[in-house]
Amino acid sequence: MKPIYFDNHATTQLDPRVLQAMLPYFTEMFGNAASRNHAYGWEAEEAVEKSRGQIASLIGANSKEIVFTSGATESNNLAIKGVAEMYAEKGNHIITAATEHKAVLDTCKHLEKKGCRVTYLPVMGDGRIDMEMLQSAITDKTILISIMYANNEIGVLQPIAEIGKLAKERGVLFHTDAVQAVGKVPVNVISDNIDLMSITAHKMYGPKGVGALYVRRKGPRVQLTAQLDGGGHERGMRSGTLNVPGIVGLGEACAIAKAEMAEESKRLSGMRDRLRAKFEAALDEVFINGSMEHRLPHNLNMSFAYVEGESLLMGINDIAVSSGSACTSATLEPSYVLKALGLGDDMAHTSIRFGLGRFNTDAEVDYVADKLISVVIKLRELSPLYEMVKEGIDLSKVQWTAH
Amino acid sequence: MAYSDKVLDHYNHPRNVGSMDKSDSAVGTGMVGAPECGDVMKLQIKVNPLTGIIDDAKFKTFGCGSAIASSSLATEWLKGKTVDEALTIKNTDIVNELALPPVKIHCSVLAEDAIKAAISDYKIKQGADVAALAQAH
Ligand SMILES: Cc1ncc(COP(=O)(O)O)c(C=O)c1O
Repeated sequence: MKPIYFDNHATTQLDPRVLQAMLPYFTEMFGNAASRNHAYGWEAEEAVEKSRGQIASLIGANSKEIVFTSGATESNNLAIKGVAEMYAEKGNHIITAATEHKAVLDTCKHLEKKGCRVTYLPVMGDGRIDMEMLQSAITDKTILISIMYANNEIGVLQPIAEIGKLAKERGVLFHTDAVQAVGKVPVNVISDNIDLMSITAHKMYGPKGVGALYVRRKGPRVQLTAQLDGGGHERGMRSGTLNVPGIVGLGEACAIAKAEMAEESKRLSGMRDRLRAKFEAALDEVFINGSMEHRLPHNLNMSFAYVEGESLLMGINDIAVSSGSACTSATLEPSYVLKALGLGDDMAHTSIRFGLGRFNTDAEVDYVADKLISVVIKLRELSPLYEMVKEGIDLSKVQWTAH
Repeated sequence: MAYSDKVLDHYNHPRNVGSMDKSDSAVGTGMVGAPECGDVMKLQIKVNPLTGIIDDAKFKTFGCGSAIASSSLATEWLKGKTVDEALTIKNTDIVNELALPPVKIHCSVLAEDAIKAAISDYKIKQGADVAALAQAH
């Protein structure tokens, strides 16, 4: 049996309806959307334009404002590098946050080497940025604020509408990586004053390898320096033959999300809250990471104190989740997102991220809760730390032999 | 990550989990690692005063599966050895027995450190006992 999938922030299962919509574009409707001279091209172009409309309609945009990409990594790169190059004469300062995805942070680091100045805002204990800090970080050289809509580890929603309003007042462009939010919570580029927004299909029950960048056309008209040279597709912003089946899939995923989001988010937040309640009823010393109030409906991130994350994952190998523990990451460093919240390395090592999704059931929630609880209890019997705490020892006062 | 069968076996059926009385003069306790580093091992031995042989060994470990397996294996190997024989256990023996991958070698090092720390604690206690005895006389 395959493990129960509770890792929907990493990727999501393709919705069968999305697959159905895509299939003809792999076979008989294989045309190049840029072919202007025949029916193959026209039907491909029509499909692409339909998708643009479906995406635009979900986020309150105009379909002319959607630029297709290979995914959010590319969208983030295009938005940030494209603005930095296009507006270099206006300024060279970018503001972002410490908890952003690597696709934003590493893009900013790259630009620092090219002479840009980047401010990495810290976050508060709940994972949100401090609006006053953002306000005072803006200078007359600031050209871009890039703050994610929702975090991929802790699901915390940033004050997007407030940031958008501030950016507009100060004449600074506002980009948001909305990969985790679009299709899960209502997102509107008009009311949120968003100028650029990255999305990707595979986090919303669409296929991998396709995404989009929303680029505002009016008030202000945002311009970007293209990062790929070629045939000048996508109004010159992103050359390359369009991935028609993928684009059809992204559009269909958006249409389904628009129709079902209200219902689905209620269902998933109910399941999430039940999962949390079960943990809290059965276990002591468990802690939520990040704001519960400003959070995606389907995210739970908890630290199970005194139980190391990888050993916990090993005990629940029929459940797919991820941990902020160093042992599970390639860098052998615990999650930088959790550390940015002020969590000590010791607590970061004990964290588990649960990402619920469309295809999860109530029975799975019960199974996951019971299984995890039994493994935590077992590992705490093995944990010298838990034993010491129960003996009344303050672990912060112990002289450890770091190695 | 795939785990070796032996690591899985120790994780699923850890040997000799528990704690012994730290203040017992026949018990040596070693605690190594740090919570911030993601692993802490507590290893205890109980030495028979007549034979000098380790009669019992117990562990508790906070850490990944390989850390748990390394310390569980260490307790198995310690039982029945004299203190001096126990000092010959090397981390590489643990690596080989459990087929640990390179990123998990530190777990075996920690287990060796825990053995040494427990023996050292035991020896200090014995020295102190001898001193206490001498004083009483
Ligand atoms: C917040 C966030 N931004 C960007 C990405 C990258 O998206 P993609 O896999 O489409 O490149 C991800 C997914 O890993 C993400 O969670």
